[in-house]
Amino acid sequence: MDKTLPSLTEAVAGIEDGAVVMVSGFGGSGAPIELMHALIDRFRATGSPGNLTVINNNAGNGQVGIAAMIEQGMVAKIICSFPRSANSRAFIEKYQAGEIALELVPQGTLAERIRAAGAGIPAFFTPTAYGTELAQGKQIQEFDGRPYVMERWLKADVALIKAELGDRMGNLTYRMAARNFAPIMAMAAARTIAQVSRIVAPGGIEPEAVITPGIFVDGVVAVAEPVQEEDLNRAEAHHP
Amino acid sequence: MTQDLTEKLSNAQIAWRAAQDIADGAYVNLGIGFPEMVARFQPEGREAVFHSENGILGFGKAPPEGQEDWDLINAGKKAVTLNPGAAFFHHADSFAMVRGGHLDVAILGAYEVAQTGDLANWSTGPKGVPAVGGAMDLVHGAKRVAVITEHVTKKGQPKLVERCALPLTGVGCVTRVYTSLAVVDIENGRFVLREKLPAISFDDLQSLTGAILHCPGPVADLIVPEL
Repeated sequence: MDKTLPSLTEAVAGIEDGAVVMVSGFGGSGAPIELMHALIDRFRATGSPGNLTVINNNAGNGQVGIAAMIEQGMVAKIICSFPRSANSRAFIEKYQAGEIALELVPQGTLAERIRAAGAGIPAFFTPTAYGTELAQGKQIQEFDGRPYVMERWLKADVALIKAELGDRMGNLTYRMAARNFAPIMAMAAARTIAQVSRIVAPGGIEPEAVITPGIFVDGVVAVAEPVQEEDLNRAEAHHP
Repeated sequence: MTQDLTEKLSNAQIAWRAAQDIADGAYVNLGIGFPEMVARFQPEGREAVFHSENGILGFGKAPPEGQEDWDLINAGKKAVTLNPGAAFFHHADSFAMVRGGHLDVAILGAYEVAQTGDLANWSTGPKGVPAVGGAMDLVHGAKRVAVITEHVTKKGQPKLVERCALPLTGVGCVTRVYTSLAVVDIENGRFVLREKLPAISFDDLQSLTGAILHCPGPVADLIVPEL
């Protein structure tokens, strides 16, 4: 078993037009910038993959990462909880021009829909959003005298995630609060590609320290010293 | 609404008052922005643990400028530090803490609060880009949901109302409101006045409130230090 991939180019090679792509990160922390930029480079060279649905907590910031994917016109739809950021111009312009669709999901419902998909649970009930416009059209059911909203699982074709250590078995650790959505996205996607700061030999991560077990991971690519979205935005960087 | 509101609490003073009700040992989520100030006024001798939706329990102050680590941010995406005993976890666990009823208190901002406990704090209507974040989860998850807010809008309109006009965040979820003029509980579908600034009369306070203020018990003076 060897899930390591030799390059970012190979890591993003299998993503098709129209794919549903989960992208880890909360704001900039945990955002797999290098994987996204490799995907943009492929799109610019080949025109594919386009028409993507992107699932993330946000809708991009500045002119890198998800914002750059939106600028390039690769993204047809965003599923997120909070599309406004310090600089979410890329998303807002497309949204106001009617060129990108938005499915707004409460943050905990978003996380739980992703987790449910990973755990094979097609639907669940939550009090979140009951009585609000985000519950319109959804099934309501009472349990023990309290109304709940039915929510469906949220699956993806691919998850692009950022981790800290990885091994060839696909076991992963994360750095501080950069963990956020990555472990559940890894569970929910048909194919999960992780960029890691360092690849270690099997056993190089203590079994007790493994956060995402390798069963949820399909590909691991090394990106030593990954960039931080926040640093790029402070430098007003853009990709390409 | 022409009352002189020069006698009112600052945001810091409202946050201070809300902080006095946080018990030792409480797990607390503070909304982004103004509610974050509550953490600055933890009473001496009480230890609360602050939860950040992105996946931290026990975060502390902001680091000095230049020492930020952008993998260590709070829900407002601002750099933070960790207190001893802090923990990281993924987003589904983070919201299991919220939705599973494990948080003792959530303190949020508001556009409007209704006497029924309904809260509107996420959308000002169909214009612009909607964004909800974790507010709808917090209002149905935490054991106690409190609001800190100005008593009236910038235009002088009441924020405590019979029924919210703006899109709801949650139904029947708020139990206490700390305003720039008063502390008001929500009980059985009505506003119950607990404390008010000594400088404002009940009648003036009532005229700035969009629903009846009930006083079934004594109304204490709302006294807050200069901050």
